Parts: sequence; C-alpha cells; structure tokens
Amino acid sequence: MECVFGLVGDGFAVIVADTSAVHSILVHKSNEDKIMILDSHKLLGVSGEAGDRAQFTEYIQKNVHLYQFRNGIALTTAAAANFTRGELATALRKNPYFVNILLAGYEKDIGPSLYYIDYIATLHKIDKGAFGYGSYFALSLMDRHYHSGMSLAEAIDLVDKCITEIRSRLVVAPPNFLIKIVDKDGAKEFAWRESISQA
Amino acid sequence: MSRRYDSRTTIFSPEGRLYQVEYAMEAIGNAGSAIGILATDGVVLVGEKKVTSKLLQTSKSTEKMYKIDDHLACAVAGIMSDANILINTARVQAQRYTFAYQEPMPVEQLVQSLCDTKQGYTQFGGLRPFGVSFLFAGWDSNFGFQLYMSDPSGNYSGWKAAAIGANNQAAQSMLKQDYKEDVGREEAVQLALKVLSKTMDSTSLTADKLELAEIFLLPSGEVKYQVCSSEGLTKLLVKSGVTQPSAESA
Repeated sequence: MECVFGLVGDGFAVIVADTSAVHSILVHKSNEDKIMILDSHKLLGVSGEAGDRAQFTEYIQKNVHLYQFRNGIALTTAAAANFTRGELATALRKNPYFVNILLAGYEKDIGPSLYYIDYIATLHKIDKGAFGYGSYFALSLMDRHYHSGMSLAEAIDLVDKCITEIRSRLVVAPPNFLIKIVDKDGAKEFAWRESISQA
Repeated sequence: MSRRYDSRTTIFSPEGRLYQVEYAMEAIGNAGSAIGILATDGVVLVGEKKVTSKLLQTSKSTEKMYKIDDHLACAVAGIMSDANILINTARVQAQRYTFAYQEPMPVEQLVQSLCDTKQGYTQFGGLRPFGVSFLFAGWDSNFGFQLYMSDPSGNYSGWKAAAIGANNQAAQSMLKQDYKEDVGREEAVQLALKVLSKTMDSTSLTADKLELAEIFLLPSGEVKYQVCSSEGLTKLLVKSGVTQPSAESA
C-alpha cells in the first residue's frame, strides 16, 4: 500500500514515495512516479486516488507555471502550499480530490521547507512527515532518528532505514521506492530503491 | 466634425487617436498634483489639496493618499469618485491575493491588475474611461521599494520620481533636474516639497494644502505607512524654507 514520506535536512529537503500503481489486489505497475517536480525548486509528493493525483497535481503545476509566466517571479514554497490548500478546500465541498500531499521547496533566503497537506485541506509546515500505511513505520523511525540539520548522507541513511522497515514489517509493502531531493541547485531525482526490477 | 470620433471610447480617430482617453488625461491636468519619490529607505508621496471653499469641512484624514494594503499605498490625481471605485477594487484584489497565498501581493501585480481594469474601460463600448492617475508606493520582498505611475489609458510604469496632476510636466522636469540617486527619505521629502511649492498655483505653501505620506520599513522588518500630521508638515515646511515661520500662523 502507498507510502509517501519526507524530511527537511541541512540545506535540502527529501521526498520519498513508493512507485506501485495498485488496483484492488493487483499491482499494475511498479515504476509509477508519484513525486512531481512542480517547478525548478519544488517537489510535490502525492498519495491517494490515482486519477485525482494526476488531475490535481497537474492542475497545481500548471497554475504555478502560469503564475510564473504572468508575473515573472516564482511563487514561494509557502505561497504554493497555501494555494494548493485553498484549491483542495474549495473542491472539498464540491467534488473533493482524494490526495495527500507533501510539498517540499527551497528558497534562497528561507532555505528548505516541507509542507503537509491532506485530502481534507489541512496545512502544516513540518520537518518530517508521512502518509499511507508506511507512515506507521516511517513516522516512528523518524521520531527516533531525526534531528535538525541532518546531512544528506544522514538523511538518506534514515530514508533507507524507513524503506527497510516498511518492506520487512508491512504485509502489503510496495517493492520499489523513488527518492527525490530539492536544494539550492533545484529539484531533482536522487535515487531509486528497487527490489523488483521492471520487466 | 470631431464629434464623430470622440463620442465613443472604442473608436479610433483617423489619426489613430482615442479622444476620450486623451480627454480623461486632460481632466487629470486640472486636479491637484501629487509627487512621488523613491528613496533608498522608503517611498515618499506628497499631494496638493485643492481648497475649494473656506466653508468646506476638510477631511480629517487624507483625501489624496490611500492605504491599499499594509505594504502598499497610493496617491490620486483626477476625479475622486472614479478613484474611489478603483481603490476599492485594488483593496479587494490585495485581500484576494492574501487569501489565496497567505502572502502580501507583489506591488507590480497589484498595479497591473488595476491597470487591466482601467484598460477595459478604454475598449469596451458604452463606458467612459476612469479619469484618474495614480502614484503607487509600496514594498515587496522581491524588488524592495517601488514607485509606479498609472494613467487613464491603463498604462503604468516604474519611476524613481514621478508627478501627476496639474503642472505635472513642469514638476517632472524639475524632478529630472534635481533628483539624485541614493537619497534618503528626509532628502526626498525636502525635494518633493520644493518641487510642489514651485509648481503649485498658490503663492504660499501651507500645511492645510498639503498631504505627506511615507512608506518605509520598521526595524522589525514590518512595512509602515505613515501619514505626516499637519503640525509635522508645518515644521517641515519651515525647515525646507518653503514658507516663512510667520506665515504659518495665518
């Protein structure tokens, strides 16, 4: 089952997501990218209904881009998070999207930041967070091992701990994970953790 | 025959002009003037109040300067009833932006949104354009202190020093001559008062004919919009040598 988690380190933020596209008891795909690169310095890790995820994240991404074209400046991570929350909140009373979001970004003057937005439009600024069944393990491990100002190596080590724990303790564990980071140089794919290779 | 082309805003004259828009700009030439100067540590706005009658109860607060948001204010020249409509939409826009992004609206975006409204009234039929020019003074995290001027056609531009209203061309050329780069707020106020005193019709400049507002940053980093009191203005006028100390008692 779905696992999306992330944390803020020293000068960067990480988002990790499983890559399984599941329907009922069947796995349709195990290389589905659930972390959208929103703009040059923003990552959007999303879990939830597959269709809603594609529709909503693309809607947010296109709006963030439109803002940039219109105004010649990028939205801050905080502004993007509040915009996303607002859109979810508006949709909530009409035709809600079932999406849980971790939004990571980097600003020159503010540094890295991570925002938690769930499907009922809750917004929190956090240092570490997780969604899905994997969150039971990821949150516990991060509570134990997370500290502020983690280096990239420490953070990736913690991420790997979480992935190992999910794989070994969760009945419905997804096989593959994707790690993306955002730092001063931008948002990018960092690594894959695959236990099943693609056919 | 000129009636053929100036009775509707939407029609170009054969020379390619929009008369109604030009007339609107003309209307502003009769209004009290306003001057804005960009300083290193803030923006200064000075306006001339036209005292129409001795019996008129002059407004306690400002009548030419309006705060649009915490980080943004404007000075008006032109038809006040038109300006009130635009100021209201500007305030709504600023709050809408804050609602969507939980951040203050960047200054240029607000100016642009207001100018889009103004432009609309030069194109769509049956309406007349807004007879208002604005000077916008504000601060945002992207570009710091900014000063913009807008006219009835919906054009806007950023300035280091600008003048609108009566005698704006004379004021503009004086500003061009006397403006120095990297002036502080105090110097900017002095310059604005000097220019206004020379371009105004009335012989003596007194505090009740003036309005002065400033935008600057507090040590806390908060943006402050401050309107100068009439006592403060009197002192400033004496200090800048624009009025004699004896004139203030009159």
